[in-house]
Amino acid sequence: MSTDVFTRDYIESYSKKQQEPTWMTDMRLNAFDVAQKTDMPKPDKTKITRWDFNSFEHVTNQEEAKQITLTDLPEGIKKFVDTEKKQNLLVLRDTVKQYVHLTSDLMDQGVILTDLQTAITEYPELVQKYFMTDAVQVSEHKLTALHAALVNGGAFIYVPKNVIVNEPIQTIFWQDNPSQALFNHVILVAEENSEVTYVENYLATETEAKTVMNVISEVFAGANAKISYGSVDHFAHGTTSYINRRGLAERDATIEWALGQMNDGDTISENVTHLLGDQSVCFAKAVSVGRGDQTQNFTAHIVNHGKHTNGIILQHGVMKDRATGIFHGIGKIEHGGTKANAEQESRVLMLSKHARGDANPILLIDEDDVTAGHAASVGRVDPLQLYYLMSRGISRQEAERLIIHGFLAPVVNEIPIQAVRDQLTDVIEGKVN
Amino acid sequence: MSGSTLEIKDLHVEIDGKEILKGVNLTVKGGEFHAIMGPNGTGKSTLASAIMGHPKYEVTKGQILMDGEDVLEMEVDERAKAGLFLAMQYPSEISGVTTSDFLRSSINAHREEGDEIPLMKFIKEMDAAMDYLEMDKNMSQRYLNEGFSGGEKKRNEILQLMLLKPAIGILDEIDSGLDIDALKVVSKGINKLRNEAFGCLIITHYQRLLNYVKPDFVHVMMQGRVVKSGGPELVERLESEGYEWIKQELGIEDETVGK
Repeated sequence: MSTDVFTRDYIESYSKKQQEPTWMTDMRLNAFDVAQKTDMPKPDKTKITRWDFNSFEHVTNQEEAKQITLTDLPEGIKKFVDTEKKQNLLVLRDTVKQYVHLTSDLMDQGVILTDLQTAITEYPELVQKYFMTDAVQVSEHKLTALHAALVNGGAFIYVPKNVIVNEPIQTIFWQDNPSQALFNHVILVAEENSEVTYVENYLATETEAKTVMNVISEVFAGANAKISYGSVDHFAHGTTSYINRRGLAERDATIEWALGQMNDGDTISENVTHLLGDQSVCFAKAVSVGRGDQTQNFTAHIVNHGKHTNGIILQHGVMKDRATGIFHGIGKIEHGGTKANAEQESRVLMLSKHARGDANPILLIDEDDVTAGHAASVGRVDPLQLYYLMSRGISRQEAERLIIHGFLAPVVNEIPIQAVRDQLTDVIEGKVN
Repeated sequence: MSGSTLEIKDLHVEIDGKEILKGVNLTVKGGEFHAIMGPNGTGKSTLASAIMGHPKYEVTKGQILMDGEDVLEMEVDERAKAGLFLAMQYPSEISGVTTSDFLRSSINAHREEGDEIPLMKFIKEMDAAMDYLEMDKNMSQRYLNEGFSGGEKKRNEILQLMLLKPAIGILDEIDSGLDIDALKVVSKGINKLRNEAFGCLIITHYQRLLNYVKPDFVHVMMQGRVVKSGGPELVERLESEGYEWIKQELGIEDETVGK
């Protein structure tokens, strides 16, 4: 299937089949019209004109989705899950909900964890309020518009005012049909004074099949709310991905990102946070590994709008084989953001002479009374570090492995769920060896 | 166990095309403690680095043998497995790798696959050695050498020496930058290893360390060679008279090399 075959009729009937309210159908149709008129995004330093964003299946015919138990999950998925205790978890397979659990205690406090489809039916006002309104706009470019038109899965997580969610909430978005495209949309809302830790896994059956991922997360931290957001993206080699995670932080709010960007195919991944309220804070941490012939373009971008806001970016990437990885770090302080701080560090470790890495630090400052700093480097494994480790009997291969894991540790260690942290370590292991 | 023998024969070494070692001969056997002394810039640390296989040093002539095996044919890790250990003057900092994980990987590198050291046994051994060296236990969870003080780095080198128990230990200026209390602790660690199977090559340009770790043999290096060898009495003479008399005896004007 290609985007050319989508028509207003297709979108209307898809929306109807999903039993969506009229506003959702209208939103899709409007987005579809916008998509015809807008251009593809133009990520700096990466030419995507030949990337295949057209070959995919929008819907997989499945048997009636049934609720399954954790033990029914296939082994490959189970290892992402802490099966010891019944955790707050949502599992979607090829866009269809398979499993959901939220403790009754959290439910009683008004916390919502559900797939997007259910949320549209059960909490239409909330979804309508947050779905591509204040954070990501439909009209940003063709891919955001297509996302809105074709959205086929996702999660809705809502934490009411003053509620502290102690146990993390986890989602697994699992692509089982190799051609299935995920137009996956996550909305995470933490109202005033609330706290939540959220971890998501995007994973796919290893395959060369062509498909597309168009993933958007919109994250809202109300006044004095605290959101810790972890992710592991691991789509297959044949998959072309557009990933966009965006956060808005109100007064005194904190958003922490810990992103494991482990796709094996061509990927654009952007992570933008707007520090709207005074004293709001964002730590944007990300690790990436590139291998094979893939090209990836990463952007970590924090905009300081409010006074005394603090934005810190840390990206570490490892590039091997013939992979290309471009890392943009953008710190922007808007006029009025007095006493704001914008820091960033981007480091790329090259494991092969055919790999290409670029760290591109940008500071844009429209206010006088601020502090800002950046550090960027692209380099190889330090031969003296190798010598030191090997002088203790450690083989060259193992020494390199230790150095690489060490290089990625600052972000890996931030992933809030042990099972996911272990999984990310495994994925890194698989990618760098 | 009688220990191993490290033989260095007519060793010539260059760095960046400049010859630093100009024919070093030396034999260290299990049970023997050798001290290599000499002013700065005479090639002492180059000798240590060349034995271990530092990537910047090129051996242009001569031999290094460990129990008759050609060390120069070995990769750095193979040299370690053959029983060599170098306590480095400037150990690398490795971010993201805890000291504990590094120590365990090092120990396991010397063991067969499938015969890795059990975790509890490892922790027990590490804790005991850290206690002996009066080290802060939190250090094992810090990243390897990152943010360590000079003294902490040196203790960490001796900690590795104690845990890995090599046949031949080479200590490259292990005393530099240590205050007297730290020097005593480090010396205690070295002396604990003294037995007939362990050979040690101690490189220093201060006599101070040798008051605590008694050498059996003392060698003086100048101009990239061992110019004088003797017993422990040589340390005392150097302490009271300095190096000038050796230079005069041998007609050396500038004792340094490669300037």
